[in-house]
Amino acid sequence: MKCQKCGQKASVDLRRHNTAFCAVHYLEFFERQVQRTIERWRMFTPQDRILVAVSGGKDSLTLWEVLLRLGYRPTGLHIHLGIGAYSDLSQAKTEAFARSRGLSLLVVNLEEAYGLGVPQLAKALRRVPCSGCGLSKRYITNRVALENGFTVVATGHNLDDEAATLLGNLLHWQTDALARQSPVLEADHPRLVKRVKPLFLMTEKETVSYALLRRIDYIPDECPYAQGARSLLYKDALNQIELHSPGSKQQLVAGFLERLRPLLAQADRQTVGECQRCGQPTTGVVCAFCRMWDQALKRIPVTVRPSDTLSPQAVGPSQAL
Amino acid sequence: MPTPLGRQCETMKVIIRNPRRQELEVHGRRRVADLLRELGLNPESHVVIRGDDLLTSDEWLQETDTVEVVSAISGGQG
Repeated sequence: MKCQKCGQKASVDLRRHNTAFCAVHYLEFFERQVQRTIERWRMFTPQDRILVAVSGGKDSLTLWEVLLRLGYRPTGLHIHLGIGAYSDLSQAKTEAFARSRGLSLLVVNLEEAYGLGVPQLAKALRRVPCSGCGLSKRYITNRVALENGFTVVATGHNLDDEAATLLGNLLHWQTDALARQSPVLEADHPRLVKRVKPLFLMTEKETVSYALLRRIDYIPDECPYAQGARSLLYKDALNQIELHSPGSKQQLVAGFLERLRPLLAQADRQTVGECQRCGQPTTGVVCAFCRMWDQALKRIPVTVRPSDTLSPQAVGPSQAL
Repeated sequence: MPTPLGRQCETMKVIIRNPRRQELEVHGRRRVADLLRELGLNPESHVVIRGDDLLTSDEWLQETDTVEVVSAISGGQG
């Protein structure tokens, strides 16, 4: 296979685009695609203060790298989830990446801030770890962004993540979740920071190819709690379809965003208020995050009480405005 | 312990990170796409590397090669 641009031996073949690229032209292609997505979906401009949620995995580190190369100056936010050696290594990879590029990074330790890490939280809630983990990450990223003056939060969700989430929501007819599934969630409340997913049109294979070619040192291990997760089953099923019908994942997600989501979003308009407890945006009286911790702390009491503001630890150079 | 997949004399070393590391020995030259098919791995979710190079599905692998198969998929939120 030859590179479509230069005719040299190709490194990456993109069946859904019916093309192939050498390493140099693939990296160029990937970055151009992300820039197009940012512009087409009006995610942010160079004037925005961008907070990138960074786990230490290939997607978030790739996103951070691409944004830097495109001329943005995002700050990283890493949340240590308290999942033993996996979380320690994730933080170490994130810090090493930031240090090697002279980037500013904020770190929040879930256990230090709230008294419980993800495993203890799951035990207290008697639920799968992923539900408390996802809610905690969304809440903390919004709060840190808000309290530190960031105008947008960027996450590393890719096309496979979006297609798998969509399939799961469709299989269970989660219409409220479908109405909120979007690569751009505008800040429709003063205490809500805009959230964007610049990699949502890049497949997981395309992202890992970028990370490998750029020699990004990401954590290759899977989260120990991801084993058996339904999202992996959905991704596998979607990749079987993709194998026989290239472009299916993008058609599914793009078609949904174009045709179905606008109708659902119109029907699902909810009034967003502020949580009586923490002041964060919610459609209820008390937000889902506070309710979750109330439930957990009834079963496992801890001495740490959440403070009025989160104080993330700063690593590396301070954020330049 | 390496597991043989064929009968020829030469062996190709295949390191699979899925994400758990596993090593196999494969006999005979074949294309990347054929290797993945024999291993039961979907080419839509796996990348094959030889040295510093990423390989396309039509690339020939030789008996003396050492290749790495990396899973692209990560999960959670399930």
